[in-house]
Amino acid sequence: MSGQTVSADFSGHMLDLEEDEDLEVFSKNTSLADGSPVPNSPSSMINQYRLEEDTAEQQNGNTKDIFITVDDPESHVTAIETFIVYRVLTKTTRSEFDTSEYEVRRRYQDFLWLRSRLEESHPTLIIHPLPEKFVMRGMVERFNEDFIQTRRKALQRFLNKISEHPILSYCQSFKVFLTAQELTSHKKQGAGFLSRMGETMRAVANSVRGLRSRPAEFILMQEYVEAFGNKISSVDRVTQRIIREQREYLDELKQYSPTYTQWAGSEEELAEPLKSVASCVERCSKETEERIHHLSDVLLPVLHEYVLCAESLKAVMKRRDNIQAEFEVKNEALASKKVDQEALQEEVDGLADRVEQANNALKGDWSHWQNSMRTDLKSAFISTAEKNVEYYEKCLAVWESFLLSQKVEPSDDRNSGDVS
Amino acid sequence: MRPGSPTASVGKMSEDGKEELVGTDDDSENTAMGEEGSTLLRRMEMCVAEAEKRSGKNAVNMQETFTVYLIETRPMDAVADGRNPAPDSLWRRYSEFELLRNYLVVTYPYIIVPPLPEKRAEFVWHKLSADNMDPDFVERRRVGLENFLLRVASHPVLSNDKILYHFLTEEHGWKEVVYETGFQAKADSRLRALSATFRVRNPDKRFMEMKHYSDELQSHTSQLLRARARVADRLYGVYKVHGNYGRVFSEWSAIEKEMGDGLQSAGHHMDAYAASIDDILEEEEHYADQLKEYLFYAEALRAVCRKHELTQFELEMASQDLISKKQQREELATGIVRTFSFKGMTNKLFGQEAPEQREARLKLLEELIAEGEETVKEKTLECEEHVDRAWVDVQRFKEQKDKDLREALINFAVMQISMCKKGIQVWSNAKECFLKM
Repeated sequence: MSGQTVSADFSGHMLDLEEDEDLEVFSKNTSLADGSPVPNSPSSMINQYRLEEDTAEQQNGNTKDIFITVDDPESHVTAIETFIVYRVLTKTTRSEFDTSEYEVRRRYQDFLWLRSRLEESHPTLIIHPLPEKFVMRGMVERFNEDFIQTRRKALQRFLNKISEHPILSYCQSFKVFLTAQELTSHKKQGAGFLSRMGETMRAVANSVRGLRSRPAEFILMQEYVEAFGNKISSVDRVTQRIIREQREYLDELKQYSPTYTQWAGSEEELAEPLKSVASCVERCSKETEERIHHLSDVLLPVLHEYVLCAESLKAVMKRRDNIQAEFEVKNEALASKKVDQEALQEEVDGLADRVEQANNALKGDWSHWQNSMRTDLKSAFISTAEKNVEYYEKCLAVWESFLLSQKVEPSDDRNSGDVS
Repeated sequence: MRPGSPTASVGKMSEDGKEELVGTDDDSENTAMGEEGSTLLRRMEMCVAEAEKRSGKNAVNMQETFTVYLIETRPMDAVADGRNPAPDSLWRRYSEFELLRNYLVVTYPYIIVPPLPEKRAEFVWHKLSADNMDPDFVERRRVGLENFLLRVASHPVLSNDKILYHFLTEEHGWKEVVYETGFQAKADSRLRALSATFRVRNPDKRFMEMKHYSDELQSHTSQLLRARARVADRLYGVYKVHGNYGRVFSEWSAIEKEMGDGLQSAGHHMDAYAASIDDILEEEEHYADQLKEYLFYAEALRAVCRKHELTQFELEMASQDLISKKQQREELATGIVRTFSFKGMTNKLFGQEAPEQREARLKLLEELIAEGEETVKEKTLECEEHVDRAWVDVQRFKEQKDKDLREALINFAVMQISMCKKGIQVWSNAKECFLKM
């Protein structure tokens, strides 16, 4: 890959850095000195950390032996295209890895490759979704800073979910993804394109034929997946709407406080309390802004991922159905007695095993996924509720300090007589 | 919640019938307690207790629906004695309050007359009704009318007015009594005069500053009210959208096993959160009403300043007239023409007039000058009286305004605190539910 490497860190130009020492956390600098990823605001950082911690402990019950971070997005410019490349840093104690630390650079396409390889090897395991290729609403530019950050965090979550999966995390393709300096050669190996084509064609043929009978538990699972998909999409939409309404509220608040300040300009005695109220409203505006950021950075991404999960679950169920359909087709052919019984029997047995494997894999992974979902969503909702409590507590303090200032003053100026 | 409660300011009737204000700088409440103060409110307890819808025929014999308000009064000494007689009461419509106020404005042009609550709902945000028949609007108006009466009845000057007393005690025939005062004629001429543009040479600077201030007060309060209404509208949206969480969580909980209960109960709290905004914003309307009162007070203040301009202008006109008449006399007497006049020219052209004619003219002039001097004296007195009395009321108004608005701001903060506390509770509850997921 030739081309210049331009830092995607535009923040230095866009943000007006003041002396406020807290601002370092607010800054959109994509990496600190030690290379660890920096989220956009302290609260999302705390929650991000907590989210990942919780998930990890839930899944393994023991300590994690592999830590993956995705950071440092860099813009790569070639003659043909421009794209973002991320640094993927892996630290592990696992014996399968030759060393304990790996650093590679990957682009979004590489993540896509990894996921499709995992899907091929384990068609009925529930694999965490990747962030979408293009986000239709709101963001237009692929190189918009927020978009890059959101994607980066989602990519990191994806890799961590894989690393926590009891089966997927030991896949060869996963190891290759994390360790190989050059992926191109690996991409050409493996079943790849042709087998995918074959699978798709078989899938189409089978879906035309229809499934004989789906086992009861998978019928229930299908129903659940449909319903879950609906509900989580609704929650996602409601959350987006709330963010929009909050933003409009914030805009009006910003126009509101100056009206108090302006009025103070023509008053004498009243000037002080008026200016004080103006400042209180301003401080509450800042808290509202924080509240909005939290929703966008913590709750919305998680909801969005589970919307994508629902889609991927539907795909998993389809693949399971196809595997069963393939078996049934061959099984029926066996019964027709027109073909070579022995050879076909072997094939049918193989397919029957495959069905059982697929069903078991899905069953096993189902409860793993449900727990994961419950943990992630629970954590995100709790975090949101906590943030809202914090918001109201801070605003409460602001107004109480105003009351305090008003009660204290009277004893001072009551004796000053005529004020005009 | 009653807006800045007007306490009886101190007014003492001195021997010559002129009201004087006795020192009010500090806690006017405390000093008033021990005073003899003769304001009506000290002698009579009053309130606007209820509102009712009525139907009747109006002036052009058409059927109309309107609201009437019940005014209840009780002599203060009966209350103080511990007796609890039933209050006297009568019903009045908004238009009768308007009539009373117009009468007061015309009769006491040096007083900043308390305003009435708005005739039609303004600064309305989308869920707030602009309908005059809406019960919330009627209730707020009831409070506003009561506030108006309390302010008037505790005013050192206005509270002694007989028409006011009749308004509170005689249901029938009151209107006729008011019209009999002939204030209507004064009202019309005053209206014409005030809306005319005229240039005043030497207005009292303090009143010019006050007029400028009244413009600023009007502009700032209306801007604030407009911004506040928009904020209220948006806040309403934020809260109500959370109600959708309630609905979706409830539906979602039906398909979950472990998460079901937690989601369901969290959903209920989201519904509660969405519902809580109605009361919060209704209470905030009272704050808006407190500000509106001073928006309208600004107009009343401006009117007093304009009246000053008018009296000063009339004085200047009268003085000017007197000066020119005196000049004419001088010219006639000495024969020296100082200023150009056609009379002078014709005299020159057609010869001097006969001595008898001149005598007659001089005599007439002397009479006019004497009249003119009387007029100037009257106008000077009128002007001075207006300035003195008005300035006293301006001072009273300033103190009242500062006190009331400061209280209003404090009330606003208290409301915000209450809203925050509710928010903390709802979201803490929701968090408990999420923990159970």
